[in-house]
Amino acid sequence: MNRRFCVVAATAVGIVAALAFAARAEAQPAPRTAASAADAPDDVRALREELDRLREEFAAIRRQYDDRLFALEERLAAISGGPRVIAPDAASVARGASAEEAAAPRSPAPERPVPQDAALQSATPPSSAQVFNPATSVIGNFVAAAGRNAASAQPSFELGEAEVAFQAVVDPYSRADFYLAASPEGLEIEEGYLTFTALPADLLLKVGKLRAQFGKANTLHTHARPTADVPLVVENLIGGDEGLSDAGVSLSRLIHNPYVFLEATGEVYAGTSDVFATSRRSRLTYVGRLRAYRDLTEDKNLDLGASFAYGPTEGLLPDTLFGPDGVVPELGKRLIGVDATFRYRPLRRAIYSRLNLRTELVWSRQSLPAASHTTAFGFYGLGEYQFARRWYLGARVDRAGRVFDGTSKDYGGSFFVTFWPTEFSQIRSQYRRTRYAEGLTANELLMQVNFAIGAHGAHVF
Amino acid sequence: MRTSAFRLTFLAVLAVLGAAAPARAALSVVTTTEDLAAIVREVGGDKVTVTALAKGYQDPHFVEPKPSFILAVSRANLLVVVGRELEVGWLPTLITSSRNARIQPGAPGYLDASLNVRILEIPTGQITRAMGDVHPQGNPHYWLDPANGRRIAEAVRDRLAQLAPADRATFESRYQDFDRRLAAAEKRWDAAMAPYKGTKIVTYHRSWPNFMDRFGLAVMGYVEPKPGIPPSPSHTVELIGDMKAQGVKLIVVEPYFDKKTPQAIAAQVGGLVLELMPSVGGDRSITDYIELFDYDIDLLTASLRKATGR
Repeated sequence: MNRRFCVVAATAVGIVAALAFAARAEAQPAPRTAASAADAPDDVRALREELDRLREEFAAIRRQYDDRLFALEERLAAISGGPRVIAPDAASVARGASAEEAAAPRSPAPERPVPQDAALQSATPPSSAQVFNPATSVIGNFVAAAGRNAASAQPSFELGEAEVAFQAVVDPYSRADFYLAASPEGLEIEEGYLTFTALPADLLLKVGKLRAQFGKANTLHTHARPTADVPLVVENLIGGDEGLSDAGVSLSRLIHNPYVFLEATGEVYAGTSDVFATSRRSRLTYVGRLRAYRDLTEDKNLDLGASFAYGPTEGLLPDTLFGPDGVVPELGKRLIGVDATFRYRPLRRAIYSRLNLRTELVWSRQSLPAASHTTAFGFYGLGEYQFARRWYLGARVDRAGRVFDGTSKDYGGSFFVTFWPTEFSQIRSQYRRTRYAEGLTANELLMQVNFAIGAHGAHVF
Repeated sequence: MRTSAFRLTFLAVLAVLGAAAPARAALSVVTTTEDLAAIVREVGGDKVTVTALAKGYQDPHFVEPKPSFILAVSRANLLVVVGRELEVGWLPTLITSSRNARIQPGAPGYLDASLNVRILEIPTGQITRAMGDVHPQGNPHYWLDPANGRRIAEAVRDRLAQLAPADRATFESRYQDFDRRLAAAEKRWDAAMAPYKGTKIVTYHRSWPNFMDRFGLAVMGYVEPKPGIPPSPSHTVELIGDMKAQGVKLIVVEPYFDKKTPQAIAAQVGGLVLELMPSVGGDRSITDYIELFDYDIDLLTASLRKATGR
């Protein structure tokens, strides 16, 4: 850490030195002129040019007056608080029109919407209570399931989640994002954190409850997933629907270099999630991630990530693994993840066509009582192709061991099709086949409807 | 001991590298679109380096917030945005992830270009998304009126002068020059469009109210039934009927929309489909703000001549 600060300081010193050494850039060459002078030294032509120049000057002066008049009218209207009549076009009319037209009396310009930012401050300004309200949105996720699955308790119909988001800037240094998820299990804070946006040295600090930066799937909210469910590897190794989401601190930094976008993230959590759990305050969970991204061309890009997580798991231990005296031993888990995403989106056809290919691999090493351990591996590969403005088609293959028994392996495969009536709703159908380690096979059809109301949220990438 | 020796060497190397690097006095400006970049270039000249995020041939509503954009924004001294919620789906996340305090909304390095321009179609009364993807703060395609281009240039001039006071005179004289050239070009465009004043046309999306209003054309209908909603058969049939009844022959389409429906409509009404560029960079030949209008007016007048026989 110390060395990093030294490097930052040294870079700063270097830049300052460079600035001091370098001479200031020379003054700009003269601005280019609209027309070159004519070659023929003709008196008439010279006169005409003179006249043109005068005319232009006159037009410029007129424009300035028009603009000033416009500004004054604006101010007057603002003071009197009445409806505004905006005629900025008078200026352009004078500019474009011939001399006769300009000289002729102009009819009053038609009433138009207010152009100035004054437009936002209407005659009676809204109370500050409203202005500073956070942007609010609600996203519903309705899921229906059909088919037999002895290993799943998913009901036939379910409003799986209603996510309420509140987002606003707190002060010049930070912003806050809250995502409350109401589900049949109750209301919980899916995420709620403060982001410090004004830190030096390309640092970004988040404090609160967050979805950990472990891989890709873990960072996605329910409605942003490409499928109606989560991949088996997420289900078995990284906390399923809830994911690795915990209270803690996340610090990330951009590492500038000429080749790729490189971002390093370090996080510390309390250990109160479905992935790491303990009741001991001193046993923290650590997550680290390195993400590299590069545009291959303007419409193709590659996104690579490596993640690491380490933390206590005694809070998750099944009763069967407790010691004979019922004492909970100190246990831990190590997760390593690798993810790769390739995206293709032709910019000229951006609203009609795209392809996303993604894979994530996760290795888990769970320690067990009596100094033993078990390892598990899981991965998924997913492809999604947009073949029309509102239609997406996709497939996914799954394989995953289980945290406490890596030799039990579940396999799965899915096909899904998504219809987006608009940006604000999507209807998805997914066929899923799963073969569980116990020998059970499930064939299911999942239907999902996602819909958002309220403020337009930014899309995830 | 060894560590501190290493550190010293490292510092020395960095200092040398830093001193050897060329002087970067230019302000780094990032704009969301190529139109804004073109205007910043007019005013800033070589006192600024300008990067545009969205390409001119891309639908500016649907841009992906790529991490490479985060890099660009993270180093910017000034971020110029179109505003009016045009970039609402992709810009906020870039700004938050940029780790750049200079360009956060409210800071001097954040310029919303829409604040002193003429905005059309500000909805009144109750707005819901049943109306499609409406922009509650008015139509964001306002740069397609040269008078607004001038106002954007003014705002850019003032902001650049605020950020680099030493170059104030340069920005002022470059602005004056741009203003002069734009005024001369406007005269040319008005003359070219004069014979077609009042002609009714149809456009695909509501991208053109400022442009058509400025050059005297009347938009009679849209290929989209509602903003952001793709064409539906019933709306298309209705539109064909209206176009026939009113003798409308020209359909203007942005480069990023499918031409199939507009072409089918044109075939039905005996009209034609015209692809106009809403942004600088939409076609490779359009490299600055004035050329954008040159390109569009040339194509438009040629098509109008064909369609109206005038």
